[in-house]
Amino acid sequence: MAGLMAGFGHYTHAVVRGIPASLAKEALRSNPVEVDLAAAHREHESYVEVLKTKLGLEVVELPADESLPDCVFVEDAAVVCGDTALITRPGAESRRREAEVMKGALKDLNLNIVEMTDENATLDGGDVLFTGREFFVGLSKRTNQRGAEILADAFKDYAVSTVPVLEGLHLKSFCSMGGPGLIVIGSSEPAQKALKIMQQMSDHRYDKLTVPDDLAANCIYMNLPNKGHVLLHCTVEEYPESAKVFEKLKDHMLIPVSNMEKVKVDGALTCCSVLINKKANI
Amino acid sequence: MTTEVGSETEVKEKAEESAAQPDQSEKAAEENAEVANAEGEEKDKEKEKDGKEGKGIARYLPTWLKKQKSQSQTSPTKEVPPTEEAVNKVTQEEEGPAPEVNGHAEEVDEKEAVKSEQVKEKEAESHSNASADTEPAKEEKVEESAEKSTEEAKVTTEGEGEEEQKEQRGKEEEEEGVGGGGEGQTSIFQSPLRLVRKTKMKLVVCHVNLLDGTDFTCEVEKRAKGQYLFFKVCEHLNLLEKDYFGLTYTDTHEQKCWLDPTKEIKRQIRSNNWQFAFNVKFYPPDPSLLTEDITRYLLCLQLREDVASGRLPCSFVTHALLGSYTLQAEFGDYEPDQPRPLDYISQRTFAPNQNKEMEEKILELHKSHRGMTPAQADAQFLENAKKLSMYGVDLHHAKDSEGVDIMLGVCANGLLVYKDRLRINRFAWPKILKISYKRNNFYIKIRPGETEQFESTVGFKLQNHRSAKRLWKVCVENHSFFRLNAPEPPTKARFLTLGSKFRYSGRTQAQTRVASSLIDRPAPNFERTSSKRISRSLDGAPVISITEAGTAENGREFHSDSKKVKEVDLSPGDAEATPTQSLGASEPAPAQDHDKTQEEVLKHQASISQLKRSFMEAPPPSPPQPNQWEKRLTSSPATTIRVQQHQVSLEEEIASVLFSRHSGTGFSLAAASACSIPKPTLDDVITTCSSTSTAVCGPATLSAEVSEPQTEAAADDNTISDTKEPTKPPVVKTEMVTISDTFAAQKTEIATKEVPIVHTETKTITYEAAQLDGNGDGEPGVLMTAQTITSESLCTTTTTHITKTLKGGLSETRIEKRIVITGDCDIDHDEALAQAIKEAKEQHPDMSVTRVVVHKETELEEED
Repeated sequence: MAGLMAGFGHYTHAVVRGIPASLAKEALRSNPVEVDLAAAHREHESYVEVLKTKLGLEVVELPADESLPDCVFVEDAAVVCGDTALITRPGAESRRREAEVMKGALKDLNLNIVEMTDENATLDGGDVLFTGREFFVGLSKRTNQRGAEILADAFKDYAVSTVPVLEGLHLKSFCSMGGPGLIVIGSSEPAQKALKIMQQMSDHRYDKLTVPDDLAANCIYMNLPNKGHVLLHCTVEEYPESAKVFEKLKDHMLIPVSNMEKVKVDGALTCCSVLINKKANI
Repeated sequence: MTTEVGSETEVKEKAEESAAQPDQSEKAAEENAEVANAEGEEKDKEKEKDGKEGKGIARYLPTWLKKQKSQSQTSPTKEVPPTEEAVNKVTQEEEGPAPEVNGHAEEVDEKEAVKSEQVKEKEAESHSNASADTEPAKEEKVEESAEKSTEEAKVTTEGEGEEEQKEQRGKEEEEEGVGGGGEGQTSIFQSPLRLVRKTKMKLVVCHVNLLDGTDFTCEVEKRAKGQYLFFKVCEHLNLLEKDYFGLTYTDTHEQKCWLDPTKEIKRQIRSNNWQFAFNVKFYPPDPSLLTEDITRYLLCLQLREDVASGRLPCSFVTHALLGSYTLQAEFGDYEPDQPRPLDYISQRTFAPNQNKEMEEKILELHKSHRGMTPAQADAQFLENAKKLSMYGVDLHHAKDSEGVDIMLGVCANGLLVYKDRLRINRFAWPKILKISYKRNNFYIKIRPGETEQFESTVGFKLQNHRSAKRLWKVCVENHSFFRLNAPEPPTKARFLTLGSKFRYSGRTQAQTRVASSLIDRPAPNFERTSSKRISRSLDGAPVISITEAGTAENGREFHSDSKKVKEVDLSPGDAEATPTQSLGASEPAPAQDHDKTQEEVLKHQASISQLKRSFMEAPPPSPPQPNQWEKRLTSSPATTIRVQQHQVSLEEEIASVLFSRHSGTGFSLAAASACSIPKPTLDDVITTCSSTSTAVCGPATLSAEVSEPQTEAAADDNTISDTKEPTKPPVVKTEMVTISDTFAAQKTEIATKEVPIVHTETKTITYEAAQLDGNGDGEPGVLMTAQTITSESLCTTTTTHITKTLKGGLSETRIEKRIVITGDCDIDHDEALAQAIKEAKEQHPDMSVTRVVVHKETELEEED
């Protein structure tokens, strides 16, 4: 039954984008680290493979654009909820054009497109945490108040609360949803502080799953037919302690996905896809 | 009025309250006037109550007083509002079989009106010598009523004037024997004149805009209270689960206000425009828990309008979905044969920005609802609507401390802060220790977090005082309704307390759910008549203002958990998660309440519990800046929990202690002993009095107070009233309780609950030694000296009048001390008064206390 806020985690489609060679040298990063491009390609391929084969999603693969070194991180270019897609205005100037291709792809999926035309607004999808009942928007280096307002206007059904992001790139650099009403959160002080704020701002109660590593807190939750709760999370190789925590989730189908290379350019698991539920459309 | 910080000077406070009262003397004058009013009211009440008994206070009053009463033809009609039982009780004790009192009109609704009349009389009575006294009071009234229609004008004028008006109206309007559910009004008049007048009760035609767009018209007595009309409407709608609803009117500032059920309608609307709207007041968080479909239907109607007007924002898809359920509920299954189906869709408004695309979507979705009954469609509608983030959120414009425009949203869970469309903060009810307002500021005191040591106060600026008060009231009501088990009862009687009496007066959600579960009737048939819906004005955000909610239905005191706090605790339970109010009150009282409410529901009684409020209200909220009072209070554990639901815009407490020394007689008044009780609760005082009365030789020995001091005050009042009037709100209510030693035995029976509480801004409690008629006789003494000493400390001002009178061969020295305590801080009024009395006694050991008048003034109206 179609309905407001029904089926959190239900997805049918995913939009991904290839890795340009320029990523190795030109992609934005907070720490100057060398990226193994080939490894990154392999990593991304397996990521897409999980979505496509293992989980059975319709994956729309957009071609990489060499002039957009960060274009693989499609999450920042669009926020999709229900049948509405907000095409963002990324905070980094060099990434603004990433939205163009994304817009076309989402349009092709018959989503209602809302564009962020206000030149004072910036918003990265990585700063948007949708819990199923409401949005939290991190106010970070990449996302500002105006961007959050436009998001709130695009998704009128939901409360949109702002959360200051004092450290880290994005809000979702240290948190994400691990299930309905379950927030996975890093254990750093800024992460815990942000969680407190989110809990205070919300009319709903959230359980939390604290993982030792902030970056490991970024995982992908889905609720898929015949599979139930699915969680894509970090591997033991990357974050052994955090991986153990995820293993406590007995009800989830746990799928460790390696992200060792992309993380070097501040890419997390959620960054590499835009998930869409076409059936949710009423 | 805004409440002021206790530290502020009196003058400031007064200025706020009344337009501008420069001098203390003026204040004193005000006090006097108020006192007089209060006395009058009390007397009236007493009369009302005692009317049956046939005894009135008048009995005990000096003859001169009686004379005045008779002179003042405005005899107080004795109307006993059924709802105000407490008042009745009080009156019983004090009742003197005053001839005037003979006829009792039992008019629940009209009490206040009566009061005004009575007040005049009382003034006359209390200040027998000064006719001037009555004038000031009148003036005030006039001011109040000035805004009001001519109807109210009568109030300002003396009772006679009122009668005339009533007669006129009576001619205009048919007389009705109004018998509302428990609110029937019958008036009995003692004097033939009165009988004539009162029998011709003026009826007014009320127009109520219902949720389906139709108008409901009914006649109510002019003095009817809000709940009378509300019950009429509910009766018309066949609605039992009515606690979620309310009536609104548009005030003179074009603001939508909630009609206070416990107050007279005409005193609220302030105009001749008897236009109301029936609306949802508390949006149930889970409509599926409602018992009856008709209730859900009405909620749907409200939400349809909310959605269509944009008050409840939602997405395109949600608009379409809600619209499709509406179609299903109103028209049933989609008819493929229907020619041009879009036509009837486009005639209705589903969304503020409705377009063809949306209508097509609505139609498409409508098709998918095939087979759904109207009730099911409504339920689905609500299931979706309730998830909307702005569902049940009442928005108020405000500015934060930095002057940034924000919106404050009051809802079932607490207070939300929005900047533009973004939620930037949220204060759940359990996090809020206290809410208060002062001038145009609104404050919430926040419970310290786990890691924090101190509670913090957050302030917001509202557009004006009225807005701040309205917001505060909405908060009080929402908190009470959604979070408490039972409406918070008045705090136990304390001798002196300041604070707004405003409380949520209806049933809480917990209570109404219990009541609903007992509804035992076949589901009523009702017509879904969206077709008859008239396009209603879709104006912007709903502004809910509550004028005054006066009485807590249930007189129980709400204790937060184990802590003995008399103040209202906003956070009864610590667990935010637990929505149920059971957390808060562990007292047995709630259970009783439920029982009561159940019975009532079963009986379909209109009125729930009666007003059992002690006039001792919870203390006023403390201002953000701690003053000395607050500091002291905060040191006690109790204060941390204290929440102030009651905010008094202007709180002023006046205690006047009257000492008299009769050179001729050696009698000392026993009353003094009573006064010296450190922390007199009302009960204590009463009991003490009784004991003393027995000890004292007899009432005769007690000397009546000399009226002169009062006279002076009255004179002052005139001047004061002028200044006051411009700013003073039209509605000033005075409540007075007079307890005389003579009848202490009777008094002891008075339970705190029974103390009459009227929704008044001004309360006066007078404790006085018994007076004999002979004592007070019309020979006013000669004023030998008048001395005024004013000392100001903190928020306390003391004014002393010394009057020497020669009565017959006796010289009497009377000292009247006025102690004015002003401020909105947490004042331990009991202690303050006790201290004042003690000091006074120490200063004048050779004198006895003949009278203690406690006068509490709160200003209802906001400056504007």
